[in-house]
Amino acid sequence: MSAEAHHDAALVAHQFDDFEQQKNADSLGMWLFLATEVLFFGGLFCGYSLYRNLYFEAFTAGSHLIKVGYGAFYTALLICSSLTMALGVRAAQLRKQMSLNVYLVLTLIMGAAFVFIKLRYEWYGDYLEHLVPGVNFAPRGEALEVISRFHATVPHVALFFIFYFCMTGVHALHMVVGVGLLATLLIKNKLGELTKGNYNWVEIVGLYWHFVDIVWIFLFPLLYLIGGRY
Amino acid sequence: MSTVALETPTLPEVHYLNADYGWRSWLFTTDHKRIAWLYLFAITGFFAVGGLMATLMRLNLVEPSGLLMEPASYNKLFTAHGLIMIFFFLAPSIPTVLGNFLIPLMIGARDVAFPKLNLLSWYIFMLAGGVFLFSIIRGGVDTGWTLYTPLSSTYANTNVLSATMGIFISGFSSILTGLNFMVTINKMRAPGMTWMRLPLFIWAMYATSVIFILAMPVIAITLALIALERIFHVGIFDPALGGDPILFQHLFWFFGHPEVYILILPSLGVVSELVAAGCRKRIFGYSFVAFSSVSIAAISFMVWGHHMFLTGQSVYAGLVFSALSFAVAIPSAVKVFNWTATMHKASISYDAPMLYAIGFIGLFTIGGLTGLFLASMGTDIHLHDTYFVVAHFHYVMVGGAIMGFMGGMHLWWPKMTGKMYPEVWARMSCLIIFLGFNLTFGPQFILGYMGMPRRYAVYPPEFQVLNVMSSAGASILAVGYLLPLLYFTWSIFKGPVAGPNPWGAKGLEWTVASPPPTENFAETPIVTEEAYAYGTEEAHVG
Amino acid sequence: MHVHPKRFYVTVFVALLVFTAVTTAAAYVDLGRMNTVVALAIAVCKATLVVLFFMHLKEQTGMTRVVILAALLWLAVLIGITSSDVFTRGWSERGRPWQQSTVAPVSYSNPSP
Repeated sequence: MSAEAHHDAALVAHQFDDFEQQKNADSLGMWLFLATEVLFFGGLFCGYSLYRNLYFEAFTAGSHLIKVGYGAFYTALLICSSLTMALGVRAAQLRKQMSLNVYLVLTLIMGAAFVFIKLRYEWYGDYLEHLVPGVNFAPRGEALEVISRFHATVPHVALFFIFYFCMTGVHALHMVVGVGLLATLLIKNKLGELTKGNYNWVEIVGLYWHFVDIVWIFLFPLLYLIGGRY
Repeated sequence: MSTVALETPTLPEVHYLNADYGWRSWLFTTDHKRIAWLYLFAITGFFAVGGLMATLMRLNLVEPSGLLMEPASYNKLFTAHGLIMIFFFLAPSIPTVLGNFLIPLMIGARDVAFPKLNLLSWYIFMLAGGVFLFSIIRGGVDTGWTLYTPLSSTYANTNVLSATMGIFISGFSSILTGLNFMVTINKMRAPGMTWMRLPLFIWAMYATSVIFILAMPVIAITLALIALERIFHVGIFDPALGGDPILFQHLFWFFGHPEVYILILPSLGVVSELVAAGCRKRIFGYSFVAFSSVSIAAISFMVWGHHMFLTGQSVYAGLVFSALSFAVAIPSAVKVFNWTATMHKASISYDAPMLYAIGFIGLFTIGGLTGLFLASMGTDIHLHDTYFVVAHFHYVMVGGAIMGFMGGMHLWWPKMTGKMYPEVWARMSCLIIFLGFNLTFGPQFILGYMGMPRRYAVYPPEFQVLNVMSSAGASILAVGYLLPLLYFTWSIFKGPVAGPNPWGAKGLEWTVASPPPTENFAETPIVTEEAYAYGTEEAHVG
Repeated sequence: MHVHPKRFYVTVFVALLVFTAVTTAAAYVDLGRMNTVVALAIAVCKATLVVLFFMHLKEQTGMTRVVILAALLWLAVLIGITSSDVFTRGWSERGRPWQQSTVAPVSYSNPSP
């Protein structure tokens, strides 16, 4: 507790009585926001679960048309970034400005890499294979074989791909916001604002970042591993 | 048993309204009390626009063949009326005006938990309103406020995108407000202010905030999906792909039904305050009323299918929805019974706030009871999509929610401005509103029962008499709403000074000056008594 | 709040990676219907680890747990009750599976055409 024993009164906003109240309030605020995010993604998960059960073959076929390698790589990347984020929060707790800087930069790079690789390689690849509904959805060749192998119909597979792009797209948007938040933290850290004993900002951005990671933890098996790969 | 103040009250030297001057001090304020005023001006403007739509609608319905417009235009009117009144007037009304102003005062705090976020909420709300009004100016939307697919996603050639974007943005404003209130109430209560000592308005606002948090995100994602379908011409509600349009309705009403409880719960909280102050008596069954707010919030999430009985929804799901819809009436009834019990043998003062409360209790009861006809699948088959539904929800929304809002504005006007409104005019307006309202919407129950469909610009001639009655009532209602605008404005300049507690009411907000200082309390109060502790000491008018 | 040593976080991190490897490998084994169950169970384990240790839930107030539980419960209500409609439509004469319907639509006011 020694790291937080002394708190400047200037760190406490006027509406709060003390540092403890402010910290608890900030934390609860972010958890409540994450609850709204659960319901936001939840609408998509609801539609997904309905259609997956109605058109299991089509969803299995669609899942086989995207690459497990990407999914597993993203999962590992995000788990790494969660580690660096958690270590960053710890550095802020210990008031280590340089360490915090390193961890924030690492997390940011991994988050940006996630979005970049997804857009430039995975999504662009799907585009080249004519698998983007609303743009050029017209599976051909091997894709058609996979679809017929699972006795699915092309329109239902299109439905899968709508969910695939929607869910990973909304997730990617959240990653972009997360990267923005990390950039803000980097600036604040440069100004020395995060290591004076008030590490709330880092903590709550951390909560957001871990949440986005958890969403991906579910998206990976639900989109990439439907029906198994045997 | 009240001691009258010996000298006429005076305004405090410095208070939140004169503490700082200039447009910057208002547009960049983080004071919850000033933000409440910012919202008040905004929602009054939106009410005027929504009211204009209603005026045109009722004028059109004076003639069976439609006096003013073709159905295509009429569709745009009722859609705009619904969307504006729900999202830009009713949903914000009590939470952002009375909630913002009162919550910190009632719990003994200096401000809400996140004052800057509070201001951001207002800016987001204004942006949302701007985007939505832009869609109206461009020609509006004709899908009905419920935006059902596939009309909204595929076939409508009206401004669905901009309208849904406006609503989407307003949802974030609401979420942030709800989040702010929940953290404030959880973490910033004054010492001694335990949960069971909180004013019932706070319980109602807390329950409303829970609904904001859990319901608004679902409409957000649903609107995003409509937008996606409109932009890319392919979506998850499209039967051609195996999609289910009814899935849209499930997602929409999962939000939509709790939304209407967002509209009524704050009002239910206000009425508890009005009744307690008007009877100068502790609300009968305080804990029952407090928990009823929470149970309404909880059960409201499980009844949404009663909007979908006629869609081909599974009868078995319908059974569950119907039963739960009956159940959700119970906590509402608990409130009505408790208010009535409070009034029993009480010394009631029939000032405007109490008149609004009494009006609320009667009209809300009618609205609630008529909801049961709709909750029962058998009768709903005949009443669905008729004017019976329109009358039902206007009784709860206007006869209920708006009257609660008006009552609250009257009760707390002296606290907000330091001035008293003219009581005679206020009572008269209340009466005009009550009469005008019943004349407007009472006949609509009969129209619906007789089979007149809702959202129709034309109707069979045999319905004309009732329609004309309804339109006449609407004109009276309009006068009733205009008068407060005039006398409230007058009172700011010429009204008598009110003093800290003109009603002799209990509650922390009445212990500070009217208008309160910016920081609310010079010293954090320590709470030692229960809520509504009338009769334990002399509460004096002062 | 208690400051954890670095290896605390690294341990959780390694566990998460192991789980990821297991879930990926399990997808290549034929477990029939259990494939889905296993994948979801592992996902829940990973999420729990992140929430408990990376997000410090173990040290949070009870209110935080209520918030998380409420969000998950309400999501379950959304998915559960919606599913209860979609998957019981076929149980009654009037609601034959709509996506494979070969029955002529029945009108409510005139049930026997």
